[in-house]
Amino acid sequence: MSYNFKFDILLRYVPEIVQGVLLTLQFSVITMLCGLAIGLIVAMASISPLMPLRAFARIYVEALRNTPLLVQLFIVFFGLPSIGIRLGANTAALIALSINMGAYGAEILRAGFESVRQSQIEAGRSLGLTAGQTFRHVVLFQAVKTIYPALASQFVLIMLTTSVVSSIGATELFHQAAFIDSRTYRSFETYTLITISYLVLTLGFRAFFAGVYWVVFVRRPRR
Amino acid sequence: MIREFAGADIIYLIEAARWTLLLALTATVGGGLLGIVVAVLRVIPFRPLSWLAIAWINLIQGTPLLGQLFVFFFGLPLVGLSVDAWTAAALSLSIYASAFFGEIWRGSLQSVSQRQWEAGAALGLTYAQRLGHVVLPQAIRISIAPTVGFLVQLVKNTSLTALIGFVELTRASQIISGATFAPLPVYLTAAVIYFVICFSLSQLAHMLERRLHVAR
Repeated sequence: MSYNFKFDILLRYVPEIVQGVLLTLQFSVITMLCGLAIGLIVAMASISPLMPLRAFARIYVEALRNTPLLVQLFIVFFGLPSIGIRLGANTAALIALSINMGAYGAEILRAGFESVRQSQIEAGRSLGLTAGQTFRHVVLFQAVKTIYPALASQFVLIMLTTSVVSSIGATELFHQAAFIDSRTYRSFETYTLITISYLVLTLGFRAFFAGVYWVVFVRRPRR
Repeated sequence: MIREFAGADIIYLIEAARWTLLLALTATVGGGLLGIVVAVLRVIPFRPLSWLAIAWINLIQGTPLLGQLFVFFFGLPLVGLSVDAWTAAALSLSIYASAFFGEIWRGSLQSVSQRQWEAGAALGLTYAQRLGHVVLPQAIRISIAPTVGFLVQLVKNTSLTALIGFVELTRASQIISGATFAPLPVYLTAAVIYFVICFSLSQLAHMLERRLHVAR
């Protein structure tokens, strides 16, 4: 075998890779926020006393968690135009990612709410707090502390998952690989370098989230 | 020539799902065997080997599966192996699965209380006997539900192999969609097929979890 590995010619494309990293982070943050917003609504529906709302939440979560993101993405990007909804690649990607994340977010948030013991809520109410105040001051902080690790690993997971949206031409880090590959014809080197870039991002964010956890929940426990 | 999306296409998609299942099964067997190695390296009391296993797990879990697929797809020919999409898909999904199986099984092994080891030792059992008769039976019980749960992820992730051109359910949907110009019904059909497979597995995992949890 005489294949000459040439990683050095990729150096020229460092700006493209950096740009890709920023775009991927942008996708990840927006997905995380929109997904959590959707997840909050679905999680509330899932613990609602109304049967139809609970059923809706169940169907939403099961339908999205038991089908591949790639197919969901194709439905949004290629399928919706046939009923008159035409979306750009980046918009379609964000919608599909957020809807998908909503299902996982709902499960994480529900687990968080359920982890707060009933007696805590009763204690809050017996102190004269309204249901809303009890939720804000008693349930929320404890719930966030419980679900923080799950949220942190979910963020990293989203970051890795966003690579899938390059398949419909959304512009993020993995999309840059296709671009660099088309310019250099160095497929193996390009995809190796891009894959390693994700590893750097993952390790960096894991360390960052562990640091935040330590500062917020360990070093300064609230009273 | 554009034609209607018809019954024959649905049959074609269901048949393509066989490749999805076969790929998931291959990755389960390949990843399972490698996963045992990862789990064992993780628990044996010899640090350098644990570090190796941890590095492996971080490398696989810290990079996108799509990246791994492309690296194998373009990398295998460089070491003189055949280029077909099946090989790259089966190999990278097995490696992907090995990191997750390894972690699930390590967790199961370590969740068996240390006292069980001590009790075994107190009864005069050898290390192999303690492992084989005391710890493993309990660890396997604990691991079954999460293992089946991971299979759902594995089946869903086989869809990514469509992007390196392996014809399974998702790639077959792309082909039918291109022929019929009816992407919405085609991809919805594909989604339903995935749902049937994955939902069955999820329910199985839930059932096993309930059943095996009671006994503990």
